Amino acid sequence: MSGTFVGMPAFPTAAREALADTQLRRNLAHATRTIRDKRAAVVAEVEDWEELRVAGAAVKEAALRDLATHLETLEASLVAAGATVHWARDAAEACAIVASVAHTHGVDEVVKVKSMATAEIGLNEALEAEGIAAWETDLAELIVQLGDDLPSHILVPAIHRNRAEVREIFRRRMGDVGRPAPDDLTDEPAMLAGAARAHLREKFLRAKVAVSGANFAVADTGTLVVVESEGNGRMCLTLPDVLVSVVGIEKVVATWSDLDPMLRLLPRSSTGERMNPYTSTWSGVTPGDGPQEVHVVLLDNGRTRALADDVGRQALRCIRCSACLNVCPVYERVGGHAYGSVYPGPIGAILNPLLNGVADEQTASLPYASSLCGACFEVCPVRIDIPSVLVDQRAAVVDSHRGDRVPKPEAVAMKAAAWTFSSAKRLARAERASGLAGRVLGRFSRTTLPGGRAAAGRLPGPAAGWTGARDLPAPPTESFREWWDRTDGGRDGSAR
Amino acid sequence: MSARDEILGRVRSALSGVSPAVDLPPAPRAPDRGDLVALFVERVEDYRAVVTRCSPDDLGSVVAEVLGSASSVVPPGLGLDVAGSVVDDGLAAADLDRIDAVVTRARVGIAETGTLVLDHAPDQGRRAISLVPDLHVCIVDAAQVVADVPDAIALLDPARPTTWISGPSATSDIELDRVEGVHGPRTLHVVLVG
Repeated sequence: MSGTFVGMPAFPTAAREALADTQLRRNLAHATRTIRDKRAAVVAEVEDWEELRVAGAAVKEAALRDLATHLETLEASLVAAGATVHWARDAAEACAIVASVAHTHGVDEVVKVKSMATAEIGLNEALEAEGIAAWETDLAELIVQLGDDLPSHILVPAIHRNRAEVREIFRRRMGDVGRPAPDDLTDEPAMLAGAARAHLREKFLRAKVAVSGANFAVADTGTLVVVESEGNGRMCLTLPDVLVSVVGIEKVVATWSDLDPMLRLLPRSSTGERMNPYTSTWSGVTPGDGPQEVHVVLLDNGRTRALADDVGRQALRCIRCSACLNVCPVYERVGGHAYGSVYPGPIGAILNPLLNGVADEQTASLPYASSLCGACFEVCPVRIDIPSVLVDQRAAVVDSHRGDRVPKPEAVAMKAAAWTFSSAKRLARAERASGLAGRVLGRFSRTTLPGGRAAAGRLPGPAAGWTGARDLPAPPTESFREWWDRTDGGRDGSAR
Repeated sequence: MSARDEILGRVRSALSGVSPAVDLPPAPRAPDRGDLVALFVERVEDYRAVVTRCSPDDLGSVVAEVLGSASSVVPPGLGLDVAGSVVDDGLAAADLDRIDAVVTRARVGIAETGTLVLDHAPDQGRRAISLVPDLHVCIVDAAQVVADVPDAIALLDPARPTTWISGPSATSDIELDRVEGVHGPRTLHVVLVG
């Protein structure tokens, strides 16, 4: 079974460890470069990509802003189509519903379509505790599961593994849970995919119960949509007798025709293809075709918390394409594990605090895991302004510490700055001190910035956290106000 | 309070004071690409699927040639005699697993993306038959090819299950390199009529 993110250290600590792993950095650099190039090529093919993004964002935004109505419509459509609808306030409630469906059918295993919602709620671990094995059938999820590993990417959870590592995991572990890998297994991706095909086929053929998520849920028709590549999704959605789909309440779109901009935006943004190999849509039960018992679990688990946030609400438009991960300079270097969540990267840095709040130190560290360069916003197919939400969540982190008995050094520094800046006399004194520091540094500093300006090296004490990873430029020896006094605002001719 | 009522209550209170009105601009249309059928063929082949074009009269012989000696299953309403094939009458998955190939029609072809959409009408059969066998021979009429995704969406009935197929089964999960052939049919052979 896969590991757990519980107890992960805050981002700066986890990132430092990840940066030291040169194999990881090589794997990530290679994979993210490949996918960035593919995406750029197929997005460039669409003349009106920007208008398409605007249309996609509007479809999701409209659904969110009238969510209660759409959820009631969805429920009614699903029930009319023969599905059973469940509602789950949180992860535990959702897991209990899935376990109870499995127990009702007396099974000790389920096959799973790759699903972020079920990863978020820790469904596999919950089912394991109930004596039910949950077999991941997506290739990357299988690699993570067999390797007792953690997912590190939304689309490709095993992006941190290269082909040689995948071969080792398959050879070592496949035999423990079913058909073993062939003896002559090489690290050719085609052969590794073939091994997964042979290994999972017997599980598909015998499974009675399948678990999926959904990429979209169409309110007016009760249609669920799963977008995939390998056909493992089709296997799970088609062959078993019983299907349980765990669907976040933000997956709703109002109408069938709303799928148009979404199905054009998602594959190009996600795998960099004009269209993904397989998309399945189904509305409840189809007599004589596919599962004859269909359950849908509508999941909150923090989504209504995010919905109430006027700035952060837009994060619920996310269609989990991962384009923001692939372009992020921070993600590309540290990888997904450092974010301590199934949602890594820029979207994870806003989604986790929005869903869970910023009370714990790990989640509160995420809004700072960004240089605010804006590449994520540029590629987002539903125009989530991630940098603005990051800044707003940083404010939320600061606000959450306002009542602290022992204020953070940053808060003390800001108070001191406010006190200094609110009086001309105090500011002048501070400027003279800073000018003196500038002269000292100019003479003794051994660090020079491009352009020749001196910089402070690593400072001791409370400043170490800042200067450990950054160059602090030496302050100017003369402040603006001193220059103005000396030169009469540049009019006396001695300005320089 | 039930989970349902509590969640709906949370949604309403989260959105209190938020206007539900959102301007919905129409999704843009791709410009006219000229010969749709030629574009469709090019885009299907781009996924490393095989495309054979033939006249209606030659369809039977072309399908027979594509199948060769492979065992095959067909949906009850295929409307074409395929020698030696089994007509699906609700075959078990394990039985389908022992059959090499499947021959189906399609509901619509999308030129822009090289996609075939099946809505599992009697000429296409249950979802399982076009999934388990390793070779999918899919017959599509040139007149069924539309320009882009919105045209297909408008033609499809959401009450029916649909399967959108763009090339053979594939994965990009190892180093984000696309390789064909995972769980779905490893070979997709499109026979384009007309």
